[in-house]
Amino acid sequence: MIDFSRVTVHYAETSEPMLRDVNLHIPEGELCLVAGRTGAGKSTLLRAINGLVPHFTGGTLHGTVTVQGRDTRSHPPRDLADVVGVVGQDPLAGFVTDTVEEELAYGMEQLALPAPVMRKRVEETLDLLGIAELRDRPLRTLSGGQQQRVAIGAVLTSHPQVLVLDEPTSALDPTAAEDVLAAVTRLVHDLGVTVVVAEHRLERVVHYADRLLYLPGDGTVIDGEPAAVLADIDLAPPLVELGRAAGWTPLPLSVRDARRRASDLRQRLADAPAPPATPPPAGLPVLAARNIVVRYPGTVAVAGVDLDLHPGRIVALMGRNGSGKSSLLWAVQGSGPRHSGTVTVTGPDGATDPKTLPAGRARRQVGLVPQTPGDLLYLETVDAECAQADRESDAPAGTCRALLDQLTPALPGDQHPRDLSEGQRLAIALAVQLTAAPQVVLLDEPTRGLDYLAKRQFTAIVRRLATEGRTVVVATHDVELVATLADRVVVMAQGEIVADGTTAEVMLASPAFAPQVAKVLAPQPWLTVDQVTAALAATRTRG
Amino acid sequence: MTDQATADGVGRQAPVTPPDSRSALAGRLPRALHPGAWWLWALGLATAASHTTNPLPLALLIAAAALVVVRRRGDAPWAFAFRMYLILGAVIVAMRVVFRLVFGGGQGDHVLLHLPEIPLPAWAAGIRLFGPVAAEQLLGGFYDGLRLATMLICLGAANALANPKRLLKAVPGALYAVSTAVVVALSVAPQLVESVLRVRRARRLRGAARQGLRALRGIALPVLADALDRSLALAAAMDSRGYGRTAAIPAGQRALTGGLVLAGLVGVCVGTYGLLDATVPGYLGLPMLIVGLATAVAGMLLAGRQVRRSRYRPDRWRITEVVVAGCGVATAVVMAVAGSVDPVRLYPPVSPLTWPELTPLMLLVVAVAVAPAWLAPPPTLAAHRTPRPVLTAPNGTTRSSPKRDTSESEAQR
Repeated sequence: MIDFSRVTVHYAETSEPMLRDVNLHIPEGELCLVAGRTGAGKSTLLRAINGLVPHFTGGTLHGTVTVQGRDTRSHPPRDLADVVGVVGQDPLAGFVTDTVEEELAYGMEQLALPAPVMRKRVEETLDLLGIAELRDRPLRTLSGGQQQRVAIGAVLTSHPQVLVLDEPTSALDPTAAEDVLAAVTRLVHDLGVTVVVAEHRLERVVHYADRLLYLPGDGTVIDGEPAAVLADIDLAPPLVELGRAAGWTPLPLSVRDARRRASDLRQRLADAPAPPATPPPAGLPVLAARNIVVRYPGTVAVAGVDLDLHPGRIVALMGRNGSGKSSLLWAVQGSGPRHSGTVTVTGPDGATDPKTLPAGRARRQVGLVPQTPGDLLYLETVDAECAQADRESDAPAGTCRALLDQLTPALPGDQHPRDLSEGQRLAIALAVQLTAAPQVVLLDEPTRGLDYLAKRQFTAIVRRLATEGRTVVVATHDVELVATLADRVVVMAQGEIVADGTTAEVMLASPAFAPQVAKVLAPQPWLTVDQVTAALAATRTRG
Repeated sequence: MTDQATADGVGRQAPVTPPDSRSALAGRLPRALHPGAWWLWALGLATAASHTTNPLPLALLIAAAALVVVRRRGDAPWAFAFRMYLILGAVIVAMRVVFRLVFGGGQGDHVLLHLPEIPLPAWAAGIRLFGPVAAEQLLGGFYDGLRLATMLICLGAANALANPKRLLKAVPGALYAVSTAVVVALSVAPQLVESVLRVRRARRLRGAARQGLRALRGIALPVLADALDRSLALAAAMDSRGYGRTAAIPAGQRALTGGLVLAGLVGVCVGTYGLLDATVPGYLGLPMLIVGLATAVAGMLLAGRQVRRSRYRPDRWRITEVVVAGCGVATAVVMAVAGSVDPVRLYPPVSPLTWPELTPLMLLVVAVAVAPAWLAPPPTLAAHRTPRPVLTAPNGTTRSSPKRDTSESEAQR
């Protein structure tokens, strides 16, 4: 179906090729997962399939890419539209029309399909993806998961044989991501569509995949069975790491696989000392929020929430998209709307409410890194940003740069922030906010777009902040991250706090928030691979 | 999972408005009228309103437009914008009256109150600030304002009844690219506003000033970078979805159509110039304009035929559309006739003060204007009360997907 023959892709501004001499054959009806670090060339590989590379992006492509016998050299993307459907990372950015039904029809209109065919296919697609009740809705009012399903539907109506998805679930909460992936697997199983999907959170997709393409970053592609490829790479979901720790071969890819093999491991762990419980916080909270209410026209985003934050603690704020996490963070920081309630930050210079302070002083109490960290950055170079941050916080020159070097060493200072990777941009935004030395740091969805290694680095950074005595709140959908990072988990729904407790309490209590390790080893209270390896080591030394 | 039972069958089809028993054409299916019909109707009403300052027919025209809107609008967001137009109309009337009060001139015998006049220097002779306020002067302002407000409200009615974007969809094939550009631009505007708000909020997090040139730079750069990223993503998406497929057209024909359109437009320019400038020879005037127009239209028609594209559920121009548009045209025509028969009644004099009067012809105008409230088919209303969506996962489990996050997630941003 898709053939890459000796494909090398060069972009003008870089000396190293993005893809080097890649040979691939993806047969019909496969679900093919593309993994690799940020900047390893995943997007280039995906976009080469329908000719966006190099027709749209520029650069040079040597070798040939053929899709169903059509050479992308002679067929620009628009002429492959009936064979390849491409869905980008941000579905909203790719929408051309403004209601669901028109968006579904748009691609077919371009292909000049007759009206009765279009009508029929729109109805079929609405049902196939479970979006029939959304048909008249304006696209902008849909939730992230619904938008992503509409975007998939919009390319499916042209009946492509190949579907290319670039990180379809990166912005979605676990349930919405499940919906999208369920829709995709259904396409593979029922319609025989060939799907090529790039994804950072392998644990969400890898058990559906027939094949894994791993891009190590040097331009080559490692191609093979998911379990076989995963055995040798450092980019692995927790299940695989657990499998390695337990010495299972082949490695398990789904919770079901692992659980069937885990009885032995559970036995070994039964007498191991339970993971140390987080001690209850000592002393007074550094930030106390009482009865916070945030309203938007037609909806109450935060409905009277009380929140205490203690120094040195890492708190994860979870809940589905739109449950009020961001609104709460912004209200606590004081820059967002807050319609009632009080926030008291107890600092060295007494108790204050950040809302009453001017913005420049509020950020010395509570720092917030917004969902798109790039919004904070507006200068041309990293060095200029750092210097500006020092001026803003009256810090001695070089403070911000020193912080940045701690976070990500050796970031070139003359780079434009927009040219950096997602993780590096996050590090700059974090360094800028830390320059003001706030006691409380709020991070809104910091890990989307981060690969496993970047996430590991991020975890280390946040831990260091906590050991310095700062309080960190992380709003996130990433269950695995929370399991390894947080001391306490707060779950929100409909603007209210529905669960609040230690990570183990909350995560072990509900299957929706349980990390993979907990699912495999339930009812034992293990959350992370690190805990399991430590416990195994302990039993070994004892025995 | 508790929603599983309710999800079956119920609410699948859009609930329709019950057929209107009072309608002469009762039993017609609800459908959206061609937007062009509503616009022609509204323009007819506005034209009629422009022909009179008599407050009685004007008020009746507003009432007619309002009735049609209430009976025939859908439930889309723009349908509820009509109230805004009414408010805007009231503001216009008030402004006119206040202006007359301030810059009055004080003509008229029925002085209502004496405001102290502000003396102005000699070079501003002819302008008077305040001074005596006469009833005639205020009434004149009111009549004028009401006429303008009525015209605006009529156009507002069209906006509420027909999605302005659907009107763009109805353009001929040759202008397809232009209409796509307009649609995209229209959807980009709210996104731009959204990113400005987001970045402004983020700027506060850095404790930066919110005003001044520096703040502008801090906001403009991220917003522009964002907009550029987004437009690139959109262009890539449109390209990969087949926008602008021209493979089947030979290059020669493409050059021909391009040449025709270009030559036509040049002809139009020259013709217009010739028409306006009396010194150039006559053949460069009107004849040139006509030839140019004809060439351009021919080129566009040819180009339109080459566009290999079909239209999903196009709005059809049927008999009802003709009737509704006809009502608008008839409104304007009857009003014009009324004007030629009895001009004084249409422009009631303010001095001496007289009561405005209605004539049978004016009533006929209003009757024709309001007819679409019954003649047009009822609108389709989208299903608001459908149960939660239910997804069947491949392994056979059924669960409801979270729906209530939609409105909130919007509001959050």
